[in-house]
Amino acid sequence: MTRYIIRRLLWGVLLLIAVSALTFVLFRILPTADPAKLRAGRLQSPKIIAEIRHDLGLDKPLLTQFWLYMKGIFLHFDLGFSYYSNAPVKELIFDRLPATLSLVLGGAVVWLVAGVSVGIISARRAGSRLDRASMGTALVLVSAPEYWLGLLALFFFASDIGKIPLLPGAGSYVPLTADPAKWFTSLIMPWLVVAAGTAAIYARLIRGSLLETMGEDYIRTARAKGLTERSVVLRHGLRSAINPIVTVVGIDIAVLLGSAVLVETVFDIPGIGRLNYTAITHSDYPIIQGTVLLAALFIVVANIVVDIIYAFLDPRVRYS
Amino acid sequence: MTDDSPLLRVEDLRVEFPTEDGVVHAVDGITYEVHRERTLGIVGESGSGKTVSSLTTLGLTRQQGASVSGRIIFDGQDLVALSDAELRAIRGNEIAMIFQDPLSSLHPFFKVGAQLIEAVRVHRDVSKQQARARAIELLGLVGIPDPSRRVDEYPHEFSGGMRQRAMIAMALANEPKLLIADEPTTALDVTVQAQILALLERLQRELGMAIVMITHDLGVVAEMADDIAVMYAGRIVETAPAKTLFAGPGHPYTWGLLKSIPSLTSTRKEALVPIPGTPPSLINRPSGCHFHPRCFYAQPDHARIDPRLEAVPDVPDHHVACLLAPDVRERLWRELAAGATPERARAVVGLPAPSSGDQTGTTTPAAGVVPAAPEVGP
Repeated sequence: MTRYIIRRLLWGVLLLIAVSALTFVLFRILPTADPAKLRAGRLQSPKIIAEIRHDLGLDKPLLTQFWLYMKGIFLHFDLGFSYYSNAPVKELIFDRLPATLSLVLGGAVVWLVAGVSVGIISARRAGSRLDRASMGTALVLVSAPEYWLGLLALFFFASDIGKIPLLPGAGSYVPLTADPAKWFTSLIMPWLVVAAGTAAIYARLIRGSLLETMGEDYIRTARAKGLTERSVVLRHGLRSAINPIVTVVGIDIAVLLGSAVLVETVFDIPGIGRLNYTAITHSDYPIIQGTVLLAALFIVVANIVVDIIYAFLDPRVRYS
Repeated sequence: MTDDSPLLRVEDLRVEFPTEDGVVHAVDGITYEVHRERTLGIVGESGSGKTVSSLTTLGLTRQQGASVSGRIIFDGQDLVALSDAELRAIRGNEIAMIFQDPLSSLHPFFKVGAQLIEAVRVHRDVSKQQARARAIELLGLVGIPDPSRRVDEYPHEFSGGMRQRAMIAMALANEPKLLIADEPTTALDVTVQAQILALLERLQRELGMAIVMITHDLGVVAEMADDIAVMYAGRIVETAPAKTLFAGPGHPYTWGLLKSIPSLTSTRKEALVPIPGTPPSLINRPSGCHFHPRCFYAQPDHARIDPRLEAVPDVPDHHVACLLAPDVRERLWRELAAGATPERARAVVGLPAPSSGDQTGTTTPAAGVVPAAPEVGP
């Protein structure tokens, strides 16, 4: 098991280097705005632009640039400086990370609780009106774009512009350390919006998986033992039906950590997604590379964690 | 209650499942008794209703929306009339069940010990330690070596035979009065089959429980059963003490079952005779005698008349649901037992061949036909 994890980690590092190389090449080869020109502002003389290009190291050959970048990461965990704000990328990312973590982890709790419970209820009453209503709602939520759901939520419930002012609206985010109560209320709407689509997918997933499990022979055995229907479903049924969820939840959280751009933008939450979004509009390569690398890191780690958890959940799974 | 009253008496049990294609008549009015410390073998092909009738005894068809009528008297209580909670108290406690495929019947994610402990603690107010000690004791009882170590293993770490032993241990957790074994050896190797049957026999002697052995294999019931009920299309078509049944089976379906398996006493030249056709749909059952489309000896009126289970003259406890006259059946079986083919036996006895077409498909009931009392006679 330990050897398996070490091997997976080494592969993960290789993968991250490949991702860095790819983003490095992508943003330099594909036509984007010239960062030197953007930085020069109104003083757009070729000389100044050339100077800026030299200062940023953009006049060096691509391979040399990449080599320097990688050296920085491996030797000093240095992700470079933002072209736009001149601050270290590492610092910018770590400043923004708590907001994104708050949004995504809170959202994950919401979508897990909502998805799993709705899925169980639907499966237990498969074919009933309640089941059809929940699955219909799920279909709507899966199809609804989150920026649209976000705007809708703000339009109806935001305390400043909403028809029924209920919850703090866009731009109300405060860090957990500053004011826990405000942190919580300001995130309620973003959590619901970010969780809606995933909760709907999980509800359908759990429903299908539980329905399948309840037809298994070992469920009949559990009933034949004289267990209550409640423990048959929740202990024996759910124990198996939850497995596909565990597989996706890690990846879903990881993906969202790197790409909560839309919800962060709609609710004006200063997170990684927003950082990334502004960086792209400014051709701020170091930040783009930093955030992409971070997103890739989340996914690599999530995959390994999921595999390890899976081995604990299913005793038949053995890694070597 | 006197001791000779049956432990389980199933009376005119009917189980129907409504489906989109129509009503499935899975069990169609069966009656049987199981006596204390004895074994009843229920024999039939897949889809004959033998498993459904047993699942219904435990109330396990309720979740599937089955409509159940008739009575299932167990130890003085009618199980059909009990509430879910009352049934649960009996399930796994006084009546236990083991199933065909022990691998799929054990939960793959729980240790064998945990599943045994659960079975004990559902019905007994004991600590986890006590239940664990009981689990180890049970594993030893069913002949699993080194039970204090194996109790912490998962089902996938057990062999097929060991898994069935573990299933049996789980069923015995609360010393049931009745054990229902649904094809307990079908998924196992032949050598392991014999071990499991021997184990069941030993446990029955030691614990004094009654067994209902459901199987399609007459060899299994020959070894185990005191009494036998043969089921076809949701009905019992023949019932008798095992010795009586093997000495003189009375129903053409039973003959078919017997002639389609090789036996040590049959000569090598004797060909096995399969039963033609397939078991009928339980939604649109054949008219008259349900077996007539597959019967070598069916006569024209057998598609019309529905036979009842009737006592065989001069043979105690032997009942057969067949429209042929008892003496005709006796002569047919004598020919078959001597090695004659069904066609030859039919010719010797002087029965006309069934009209063509009857051998293959199911026939629909003729309009206006009232099921009459069985008339016998060629």
